[in-house]
Amino acid sequence: MTADRPGTAGAPVQGAPAGRKRPGPSSGSPLGGQIIKILLLGLFTALGVWAVLPLYLAGVWWGIVLVVAVVALVYWVYLSKRTVPAKYLVPGVLFLMAFQIFPVLYTMSTSLTNMSDGHRGTKEQAIASIEAYSVVRDADSREFTLTVAVNGEPETGELVFLLTDSEGNAYAGTEEGLTDLVGAQVDESGKVTDTLGYTVLSPTQVNARSDELQRFAVPTDDGAGIRSSGLSSAFEGSAVRVYDQTCDCVEDTETGIVYHADDERGAFYDEDDRRLPQGWQVGVGLDNFLRFLFNPTFASSFFGTLVWNIAFAASVTFLVFVVGLAVALTLHVPKMRGKVVYRILVVLPYAMSSLAMYLLWRDMFNADFGLFNRMLGLQVDWLGDVWAARIAVILANVWLGYPYMFLVATGALQAIPRELGQAAQLDGAGPWQAFRHVTLPLLMVAMTPILISTFAFNFNNFNAVWLITRGGPFGSEGTTAGGATDLLITYTYRLAFSEATAQYGYAAALSVMIFLIVSVMSVVSLSRTKALQEVER
Amino acid sequence: MSTPDVAVGPVYRRTAGKRFTLWAGRLGWRHAVMLVVVTFAVFPVLFVVSAAINPVGTLSSSQLWPTGASLSNAQDLFRNTPFGTWYANSLFFAITNATVTVLLSALAAYAFSRMRFKGRRVGLIGLLVIQMFPQFLAIVAIYLMFSNIGELYPAIGFDTRWGLLLVYLGGALSINTWLMKGFFDTVPKELDESAQMDGATHAQVFVRIMLPLVTPVLAIVALLVFINTINEFLLASVFLRDSGSQTLGLGLYQLVDSQRNTNFGMFAVGAIMLSLPTLAVFWFLQRYISEGLTSGAVKG
Repeated sequence: MTADRPGTAGAPVQGAPAGRKRPGPSSGSPLGGQIIKILLLGLFTALGVWAVLPLYLAGVWWGIVLVVAVVALVYWVYLSKRTVPAKYLVPGVLFLMAFQIFPVLYTMSTSLTNMSDGHRGTKEQAIASIEAYSVVRDADSREFTLTVAVNGEPETGELVFLLTDSEGNAYAGTEEGLTDLVGAQVDESGKVTDTLGYTVLSPTQVNARSDELQRFAVPTDDGAGIRSSGLSSAFEGSAVRVYDQTCDCVEDTETGIVYHADDERGAFYDEDDRRLPQGWQVGVGLDNFLRFLFNPTFASSFFGTLVWNIAFAASVTFLVFVVGLAVALTLHVPKMRGKVVYRILVVLPYAMSSLAMYLLWRDMFNADFGLFNRMLGLQVDWLGDVWAARIAVILANVWLGYPYMFLVATGALQAIPRELGQAAQLDGAGPWQAFRHVTLPLLMVAMTPILISTFAFNFNNFNAVWLITRGGPFGSEGTTAGGATDLLITYTYRLAFSEATAQYGYAAALSVMIFLIVSVMSVVSLSRTKALQEVER
Repeated sequence: MSTPDVAVGPVYRRTAGKRFTLWAGRLGWRHAVMLVVVTFAVFPVLFVVSAAINPVGTLSSSQLWPTGASLSNAQDLFRNTPFGTWYANSLFFAITNATVTVLLSALAAYAFSRMRFKGRRVGLIGLLVIQMFPQFLAIVAIYLMFSNIGELYPAIGFDTRWGLLLVYLGGALSINTWLMKGFFDTVPKELDESAQMDGATHAQVFVRIMLPLVTPVLAIVALLVFINTINEFLLASVFLRDSGSQTLGLGLYQLVDSQRNTNFGMFAVGAIMLSLPTLAVFWFLQRYISEGLTSGAVKG
């Protein structure tokens, strides 16, 4: 690129409309541009209509208002003559708002709730689920033949019960209730073989989701519901647990235990503080934050992880810098045989897919079959021992990261005049002194912003840890506590997506905490870089 | 510039030993250091290549140096896994995201570089600040958001290409826009001013004058986004759960997660295949890379 720059000023301007000379401000775009503009606006309008339809069917009015507002904004920006900068900014900014800024705000609001498995929906949904789940067979229970289907993909779609009764009527039962099923093909046994809108599951697919099936119930009339018994039959019965609005409680008619609603914790509790599993989402204020800051068990997990997180990012940045700079200095001679080959081979790790290379390093560290133990004749449990795992993670990241520093340092070294170092040596400085007091300070001017961004990158380097150790090895408390190599981001990910019970609220609070930590670091580093001065240009 | 050779003194005749000592002091040690570094740099790559052609195909039988050559691992990979789909998905995300990101970023960079408007300063600082908040930190919210979106619009829900692509594009305006803006600033203003005098619209200036002159920075940003997308794991793992919709990276992860020892040969083939596109873009864009990197973009 450097070589191109001097040329740009004198480069022939391709396609500049030199022939048409029109004094004064330009009036309108040429025809081709107008047509493209109309086409794009039309496409966007079609997209808006497509977006409104499901919102209308679901009755989400604020969603419709939002879509209409966005479409109107786009029309205004592209049809007005006074909004030239906005024409260029709107496409990117819309994406930025929807998928970066909004999620950040949403994370903050989620962090103030107890949202988790068992606390996902509203109180009404929780009550319906409690009643339907407690259904038992009566003497006059209606029996159904059951076909398990889903709405969407077999592995992930919402479960749907396709039910046929003895008279041959077919129904579809979801968590919301029972509806008539039209156009279903039913075989002699009463099983539904094919239907519009739902995917019928094969026995293996049903088995894979049997846990969910156990908990699934279709609420019907007051206090009744339909549950499965086995994989191919279902029954309607009355609920044992019944909600009573007057006392805001659920009574178990079999045992006589009364569970009172606790609107602060979002669940029904009995006198001994035992709760029903189905709860609802409530705001808990700053409880999530207080928990990992002050609760002894959670706090030790959090601060332990934080200390290692900083140590990891700092040591990777330092080692990558030292190795990269050392290699750059070694190759920084005017004439050296094989320099080009050396450069290519040294940069090789950087050009490989980092995701695949992390997995490769994990397998090289494998205690039983890995390359290191076999070649060196060691018996080290690399990923099972706290410090061995930490060293392994750092080593793999140095391997992946130093070529970048080498490239950057080479560029920076070439910008420093060689004469400076030679002059220092003439004045009696040794090679080390010349490097330490002349070259290095000049080098650091160029390298400091790079070091800061490398640190920030590694601070949240999810792949580096997750793909090698998954945050482990873990202590006696298991995977809900922080592991020895856990970064805050891997810890958050595990709490939300990789545990038996997902703790969204708590994980969101951790995310907000990472935001805060990163903000403090970036305010400090930004105030030291020159990047901000560029704004004024 | 002449070589600053310390040995150019009044030496009449050097013995072979003396010449060697001089060479070792000046260049020899450099070769020694580079030999160590190159060994460190190359051995994992050598290992993965050797494992890919290893006929047995297990981790425990893979050696640093190939002991035999066969294509059985590649055949297994093509036959036993939806490799073609995975690869196509990976390339789809990488290419589409890189293209659209470059487009969106260049549009914004043009506005920031050439126009003066209210909110420009805030916008530029905002982009720097947002860079400090990687999108994946909001993963919990993105997940909850798309659980709802998927119910309304199955076409952009989980397990679809478009949903994840939308999320990726949310990160289109980032430090890359800064990188581009810096480069746009180096194009002399007189060029577009004279074109505008001649009656060109702002859109014509952008397409016909700016874009051809800033191709190097477009290439660099495309390269960085391509590489980052192909190596992206976190968002993809949350979004793509169905085996047929996954990327090659996710597929490889599961391949060695379930059967660490026996699937290693297949994994090695996949790892090389996943690296090929990045190696290729590196090769074609190598002359731009070192400067593009010094401008402040980071890859891990």
